[in-house]
Amino acid sequence: MSTVAYSPPKAEPIPVAGDYGPETRVDYINCAWGVRSWLLTVDHKRIALLYLFAITAMFFLGGAFAVLIRIELLTPKSDLFEPDTYNRMFTMHGIVMTFFFLIPGVPSVLGNFLLPIMLGAKDLAFPKLNLASWYIYILGCLLTLAGIIWGGIDTGWTFYTPYSTRSAHTSVMPVAVGVLVLGFSSILTALNFIVTTHTMRAPGLTWFKLPLFVWSSYATSLVVMLGTPVITTTLVLVAVERFAGVGIFDPKAGGDPVLFQHLFWFYSHPAVYIMILPAMGVISELVTAFSRKTIFGYQFVAFASMAIAVFGFLVWGHHMFVSGQSPYASTIFSLISYVVAIPSAVKVFNWTATLYKGSISWATPMLYAIGFIGLFTIGGLTGLVLASPPVDVHVTDTYFVVAHFHYVMVGGTIMAYMGGLHYWWPKMTGRMYPEGWAKAAALLVFFGFNLTFFPQFLVGYAGMNRRYASYVDEFQVLNVLSTAGASILGFGFLLPFGYFGWSLRYAKAAGPNPWGATGLEWTTESPPPPHNFEVTPTVTLPPYEYATHN
Amino acid sequence: MLAEIALFPKTASTIAGDIDSLYFFIIGVTVAISTVTALVLVYFTIRYHRKRPDEVPKPIHGSLALELTWTLIPLVIVLIMFGWSVKLYFRILVAPEDAVEIYVTGRQWMWKVQHPEGQREILGYLPSSVEGVPDPGSEMHVPVGVPVKLILTSEDVIHSFYVPDFRLKQDAVPGRYTTLWFQATKPGRYRMFCAEYCGTNHSKMGGWIVAQEQSEFQQWLSSKADRSLALKGRAQFLKQQCISCHTGDADARAPVLEGIYNQKRQMADGSTVIADEAYLRESIVNPRARIAAGFQPIMPPYQGQLSEEELLELIAYLKSLKRGDIPPRNEETPPPAVKPDALPEPNKP
Repeated sequence: MSTVAYSPPKAEPIPVAGDYGPETRVDYINCAWGVRSWLLTVDHKRIALLYLFAITAMFFLGGAFAVLIRIELLTPKSDLFEPDTYNRMFTMHGIVMTFFFLIPGVPSVLGNFLLPIMLGAKDLAFPKLNLASWYIYILGCLLTLAGIIWGGIDTGWTFYTPYSTRSAHTSVMPVAVGVLVLGFSSILTALNFIVTTHTMRAPGLTWFKLPLFVWSSYATSLVVMLGTPVITTTLVLVAVERFAGVGIFDPKAGGDPVLFQHLFWFYSHPAVYIMILPAMGVISELVTAFSRKTIFGYQFVAFASMAIAVFGFLVWGHHMFVSGQSPYASTIFSLISYVVAIPSAVKVFNWTATLYKGSISWATPMLYAIGFIGLFTIGGLTGLVLASPPVDVHVTDTYFVVAHFHYVMVGGTIMAYMGGLHYWWPKMTGRMYPEGWAKAAALLVFFGFNLTFFPQFLVGYAGMNRRYASYVDEFQVLNVLSTAGASILGFGFLLPFGYFGWSLRYAKAAGPNPWGATGLEWTTESPPPPHNFEVTPTVTLPPYEYATHN
Repeated sequence: MLAEIALFPKTASTIAGDIDSLYFFIIGVTVAISTVTALVLVYFTIRYHRKRPDEVPKPIHGSLALELTWTLIPLVIVLIMFGWSVKLYFRILVAPEDAVEIYVTGRQWMWKVQHPEGQREILGYLPSSVEGVPDPGSEMHVPVGVPVKLILTSEDVIHSFYVPDFRLKQDAVPGRYTTLWFQATKPGRYRMFCAEYCGTNHSKMGGWIVAQEQSEFQQWLSSKADRSLALKGRAQFLKQQCISCHTGDADARAPVLEGIYNQKRQMADGSTVIADEAYLRESIVNPRARIAAGFQPIMPPYQGQLSEEELLELIAYLKSLKRGDIPPRNEETPPPAVKPDALPEPNKP
């Protein structure tokens, strides 16, 4: 029986290469060779890597669309593309990034790899279902890619009716079916996480000893289970209307186009929390590990996740203040939207307080974590502008909204994803990444991001609409700044692609616990053995107990 | 303000300044909180930078007092934002009774504007448009100093009528009427955009709002004389044989329509409804949705049989009807004139 009591690292925390050479022991990577052993694996760690490959590919595809959008917007006129082509670009950027990267990103890669290890389990509760969810994800990707290649789609990622059902002559259905199929992948992963968290915790690992990443993954899984069926149903209704001509959303056939918006946002606003909650879990792990402190206010941080999950279901109408919905409904949605800001603020304050009198390392994951806290704060607080119906009337559907959600999604989710990837990279691969390169990339991402999206707040309030292929001359200066920032940001995202690849072959071995962190994942080897632990661990201490033995 | 770089929209409507005040309040709080958080974060990060690799700080598990402080104070702040927002929101929503009405119908990719007096204008993507720039002739005239109410709908997909300098926008939704009201404060030309994505030429579906002094506006109205909307509606009323049942007699098989606009109506199911544009429209295109008390559901639906313009003409006619206005069937009586009170007096505040 091993315990997870923490002992501080001695003088040299990072072992030299060779001590943990892959030839000396069996791990989950070298235990089997060949394509078959990967494509038919039921090991959650291998499936996490399969997801990593697929999701990285989708991230760069979505990024390529973003690059083309920013190049077009350098000049006011639509000169690089026809407006129809531009409309496809922003639609496909949104769909690929939202459904194929942001929603599955952290849970499928980091969650899949870490959840069972953090619980002290050998695998998820349903390993075969886990593999099935990856294949369903790939099927969703292929359907969507087919739609993108075969005509593209120009409805915007929101698929608003009656444009999507009546007007758009593009490949709406293949893409919508792709998104629908993808939903099942999310649901299966969520089901697996919930059951695993309930039933497979190691001896002694009670709910309030769970790492916060587990809490937030659990909250996310609940949202996925409850919300995803609604988008599935909605897309089926769109298909029924398109093919059978039944009037559901089209007013010409007796339907109601605003009904679609209610159904869509009933899922898609909680989906924002599906994207940000796991990221918040990652940040709780990073902030504690790199300050060697226990989290400040564990229960408040944990319950804030649950509060966000619950209240997140009650704010969808704040996307619809100018849609013609009842002003009384708008008022209630505004109130709840203001209230849902509180648990997010509580998290930010607790993370900041955790650093107080800590021992703070400036390693790359921590840079991402600090960047996250700053950018997410700006993203969250500008949400207060949008929660106000009269101000939202002016800024909705402008670049102000675009800037706001990119601060939350890129400044929040992607910063956390990158931070988490660097933090757990040694655990996943057994190798350290090159710290200097990684720091440079993190700084490029931070500055490039701000230069890209901060001007968009200004140009949005000045009145520039989103989804515009051409715009009026007065807005050009801010758009040029934005495009300049995007090129820095893009470069910052390409760098890790290079040095992570390099590290697999040339970097020094990491050892079980290169950061001197607590958490069950750091008690096992890097990379972990096929069944995670040689002996099932017993947990006696709460998480983040860095000082117990001092 | 810089001439060629727009950093901030003009302030050209009565509510624009109030929206800006609320915006600056929220942004001010936002900047204050983010600045303090960022400074504390950076200070801690530098002040408590790790000095030795085996350093282990003392744990601090939390503080209920602090948690309550940073839960309750933000809660009070957001509730203040909410209260201020609601107050302003209802001012934007409720149009004054005496507002000048203009009917605006969106379609891919233009806005068709109809003044009740008969003048028509088109905003948006016209074949003559220069690439990227709304056609200079694409204008909509409004008076300054009096409230103007737009009654919006769409013929195809959802559009959104947006004037940044007024800080206002409203979706135009097919199959229903939505309204937007404003009062321009100074004469000038203000950009108007479509804000809800609607396809190929979405970014060109805009133009200029031309706000004019009232005397000038009146002059413009009368210079482009055309038959009024209500007059055209009267022709429709006869052409569609509405008059066969809506004879104006109290014992006819269809309700008397004279003076119906904005009256409270009793429905067969016991509910009541105000006979506004939305109700009148529904009663034409889908009359069985709500049956007036005392009548049989015998009227056929006109869904798809009337264009949006014809519907607007009919509704303008119904709104103009006063007691005794419905002409006897098949008899050529003088058509109802535009009511002089359809427009407010030029100098009325």
